[in-house]
Amino acid sequence: MAMSDAAFTRERLPGAAAVHFRPVTIERRRVRVGLIVVSLVFLAVFLLLPVVAVFVEALRGGPKAFMDAIFEPDAAAAIRLTLLVAAIAVPCNLVFGLAASWAIAKFDFRGKSLLNTLIDLPFSVSPVISGLIYILMFGSHSLLGPILKSYGIQVIFAVPGIVLATIFVTFPFVARELIPLMEEQGQGDEEAALSLGASGWQVFFRVTLPNVKWALLYGVLLCNARAMGEFGAVSVVSGHIRGLTNTMPLHVEILYNEYNFAAAFAVASLLALLALFTLIVKSVLEWRYADEIAATRRH
Amino acid sequence: MARTNPSMARHIRRLLAALALGLATAIPPAFADVTLLNVSYDPTRELYKAYNEAFAAHWKAETGEAVTIQQSHGGSGKQARSVIDGIEADVVTLALQADIDAIVKESGKIAPDWRSKLPHNASPYTSTIVFLVRKGNPKGIKDWGDLVKDGVEVITPNPKTSGGARWNYLAAWAYANKAFGNDEAKIKEFVGNLYKHVPVLDTGARGSTTTFAQRGIGDVLLAWENEAFLAQEELGADKFDIVVPPLSILAEPPVAVVDANVDAKGTRKQAEAYLKYLYSKEGQQIAAKNFYRPTEPELVDAADLARFPKIELVTIDDPQFGGWAKVQPEHFGDGGIFDQIYKPTN
Repeated sequence: MAMSDAAFTRERLPGAAAVHFRPVTIERRRVRVGLIVVSLVFLAVFLLLPVVAVFVEALRGGPKAFMDAIFEPDAAAAIRLTLLVAAIAVPCNLVFGLAASWAIAKFDFRGKSLLNTLIDLPFSVSPVISGLIYILMFGSHSLLGPILKSYGIQVIFAVPGIVLATIFVTFPFVARELIPLMEEQGQGDEEAALSLGASGWQVFFRVTLPNVKWALLYGVLLCNARAMGEFGAVSVVSGHIRGLTNTMPLHVEILYNEYNFAAAFAVASLLALLALFTLIVKSVLEWRYADEIAATRRH
Repeated sequence: MARTNPSMARHIRRLLAALALGLATAIPPAFADVTLLNVSYDPTRELYKAYNEAFAAHWKAETGEAVTIQQSHGGSGKQARSVIDGIEADVVTLALQADIDAIVKESGKIAPDWRSKLPHNASPYTSTIVFLVRKGNPKGIKDWGDLVKDGVEVITPNPKTSGGARWNYLAAWAYANKAFGNDEAKIKEFVGNLYKHVPVLDTGARGSTTTFAQRGIGDVLLAWENEAFLAQEELGADKFDIVVPPLSILAEPPVAVVDANVDAKGTRKQAEAYLKYLYSKEGQQIAAKNFYRPTEPELVDAADLARFPKIELVTIDDPQFGGWAKVQPEHFGDGGIFDQIYKPTN
């Protein structure tokens, strides 16, 4: 390692071979500054500026117009629906994600790699397709739709369809966070607990769960952010009934199309705030519990 | 598993509490005795916002029953598809007869004779296609022939996906038919040439309006008359002028009760009254105020009619077209005339 580095240095920087103690990065200052500037400019132009623009547009009409836009009945209904959908989809995915990653990381069974692959399916399928499959399953011309309808249950173009589409789109988030960590941690702690006479559930709640709690929390936060922000799949199954089946992202589009730019950006900024809040919570937790997080990774 | 774990029980209790809270916040506030769903197309948002309030007040005064009307808006063809797939629309108010016919044909949820159930072929209001140009009309666009002049860029959506775009196309066709006296080769050449002047073919009418008005692309937008007025009102009369060509097409956006849905929900009485009231004095006035041409103009104040210039309007049932049932496959079907004359340049 040291030798090849030295050779490399001699080749690139004639006269520098005499230096014995060097930092691990040997690029010139110019290169380093260049790299930092490129990343900062890129972030500023493609991330920061648009986010700032959203807030500037949202507050252009003053705080009163902002509040009016958010408390307008259709907007309030969209916010309520978005929160409801997240409140159902996230716990479902939490239970599913835990179960799936527990199964994959701690047990050996036939079809394990198939399950592992299937979890990624929503990432690789376009959200529009995720919506359309529910239309095909529960639409008027499907097998299930007319049966459910005879019992008075409306799935698509109603809240259940939106919840289903959101669950579908967001289900990899928790599992994808947990599986690598659980695999890394192995089964040693669980075996120790069992040998001390713990029951299965005790092992789960006292050993497995505490070991993965940070990854789980991170997964839940990401899952929640996406559940609130999902547009494509929800748009297909929503039916766009105002005050009833419009989520916040759909409502933003509607307001924009109505030339109601201030209100559109007000609701958009609320969505952006939710996302920022998620990121801040995550960063604070990572900073506050850095030691503990590092400890769970050490196995 | 043998003993109940207190910590697990606590977790489950918390989860259930969170779910209950979520559900409680989700139950919509109790609105009304009856709720109707009107599935409509894009540019009617403002119209039905005003009309729904008026109808609710009228119905309350007449019957004492409170009625709430929910709205869904989107591209006309897409909305028809939603009704076919099962959205519980009580009434549809779409851009084209062909879209309601598609519901009749694909799902049978609307009786085939829907056009005869309300006056004026079930179109309570009409519209036409006009030009929206930049302020002062710098390119001097007055008539359809000016659209194919060198250096003129035209914005119109794709007639394959947009109802409004089909009216644009047919209006251009009607002009060419008159200008070239039925010479089909020349008509096709003119319309094909027109589409060579289109830099962006959006999928819907609102998309095209945004392209033209917000993004500043093109010299002229072919638009619904009501969209043109609305864009001028919302985005500034100092930015755009409306140019009305001497000849255009009569667009008749139709309305219908979705029979299967109202019978299942028991809302037929209210749904029929809702559509019928569109033809009343108040309904016609609201249409005119929202820039739709009322089909019963004698009910509307002269001041509200003054904004609609008198122009020669060709109907879809004119012999050159022969109705939607003929036009749709002939012009816009796969391999139809539009496919033959429209060759994307890049």
